[in-house]
Amino acid sequence: MKNSITYLYLFVITLNFSCAQEPENKANTPNSIPFTAELFVDGLQIPWGMAFLPHGSMLITEKSGDLIHFQEGKKNHIANVPKVYVRGQGGLMDICLHPDYETNGWLYITYASEEGNEKGGHTALMRAKLKDNILYDNELLYKAGPNTTKGQHFGSRIAFDNEGYLYFSIGERGARDENPQDITRDGGKIYRLNDDGSVPEDNPFINEKGAKTAIYSYGHRNPQGLVKHPETGEIWDHEHGPRGGDEINIIEKGANYGWPLITYGINYSGTPITDKTEMEGMKQPIHYWVPSIAPSGMAFVTSDKYKDWKGSLLVGSLSFQYLERLTLDGTKVTNREKLLENMGRVRDVRQGPDGIIYVAIEGKGIYKLIPKH
Amino acid sequence: MKLRLLTILFFLIGVFYTNAQEPELQSSMVRGSEIYNDFCVACHMPAGEGIPFVFPPLAKSDYLKQQRTASIKGVKFGQEGELIVNGETYNNTMAPMGLDDGEIADVMNYIMNSWGNSTNEMVTIKEVEAITE
Repeated sequence: MKNSITYLYLFVITLNFSCAQEPENKANTPNSIPFTAELFVDGLQIPWGMAFLPHGSMLITEKSGDLIHFQEGKKNHIANVPKVYVRGQGGLMDICLHPDYETNGWLYITYASEEGNEKGGHTALMRAKLKDNILYDNELLYKAGPNTTKGQHFGSRIAFDNEGYLYFSIGERGARDENPQDITRDGGKIYRLNDDGSVPEDNPFINEKGAKTAIYSYGHRNPQGLVKHPETGEIWDHEHGPRGGDEINIIEKGANYGWPLITYGINYSGTPITDKTEMEGMKQPIHYWVPSIAPSGMAFVTSDKYKDWKGSLLVGSLSFQYLERLTLDGTKVTNREKLLENMGRVRDVRQGPDGIIYVAIEGKGIYKLIPKH
Repeated sequence: MKLRLLTILFFLIGVFYTNAQEPELQSSMVRGSEIYNDFCVACHMPAGEGIPFVFPPLAKSDYLKQQRTASIKGVKFGQEGELIVNGETYNNTMAPMGLDDGEIADVMNYIMNSWGNSTNEMVTIKEVEAITE
């Protein structure tokens, strides 16, 4: 009798333990850190995106609408930046150089814009060239609609693939039941364009009646990480879930990523959104976070400067305020660790052309991770 | 379940009671709760509890009660740097949300009269307008 009670007790403990494992996917604190963090650009409020110009200078977007050219230790304010709709999570957002920037000079910017007839704003993509700290030849390439005064989910990361296609994300703008599953509407999508803004002829919904033909994949919530995998050339995203259920996805042509029909998260209020985490015809993430880390910014490490970091993925956490490093075995996450803890909300992370990692932290600035030898 | 019904009942009684007293405040709070659930909830959470050590609570916040003008200013122009709330030091950044003065008055009325908070004096558009950077 006593024995069986002990067994029952052990069984219950094991049960609790195994239940606790899955949702509690905790990140470890590493024993040795192969860098020291040095403040490289100070005095920034919400540095949303970064890009590296050919001669060692850097472009930084401030969400408030300021585009900064950081050159030889000085911050220069760039003129002729598009008018930005600053509301809620929207503002001046990502910036990205054309892969052939050195020959054509195009840089691409996403921002929240009031362009259009309705009140409010929505995500826009433009390109321009830069000379003497002035943007010129500005071209609006995409403007999502209709505008809304909602404050959420502008998405906005930009990435190029190996074929020169441009991808960018737009979040579902706080209309989860209208936008993400409807390919005739903007929002909750990853888009693919040619570098001049035209729609590629082999885009997945090019022949669908009423569809927004720039759409490449749908069923997203709010992707604020978008990068090309350095080896496979695939585009990877990460996106904010609701309460729990942030995801990393590999973006496939025409695929549906399920929001809000399937999710590993719940409403902020604690009530369920759906009881389904998977459905036929919808893609599964390669990784999901419960609780949410609120991911923003994403970079693969390709340099050899940080010991065994090569091949791992860096992701900023807004809500827990750290930089996460995910070790990957192919598409499987094998370990997660926390870096730069308690320094502030990590908004963006990039590897520079010098192989060094740069991290944008709100209220602080851009940190450079100097490798330890 | 019973508890939940009881809570709803109390809530409704509360609503009717306040409603009878101050219809203006009540309608401002209703608009304010929409703003809250759009712009604030992701960090300050559904019951204003915040996230420990990261985003300060609004529920039963001494700062909100004692620093009315500074609180409105924070919503209007953004908030940066150290802030002590209920004895805990927070050091974070809140971007200005781009709300108009009416929306700010509404969301302030909502948070200052929810989750155990209460104030005698309603926030008006005029009051918000008068606060400058």
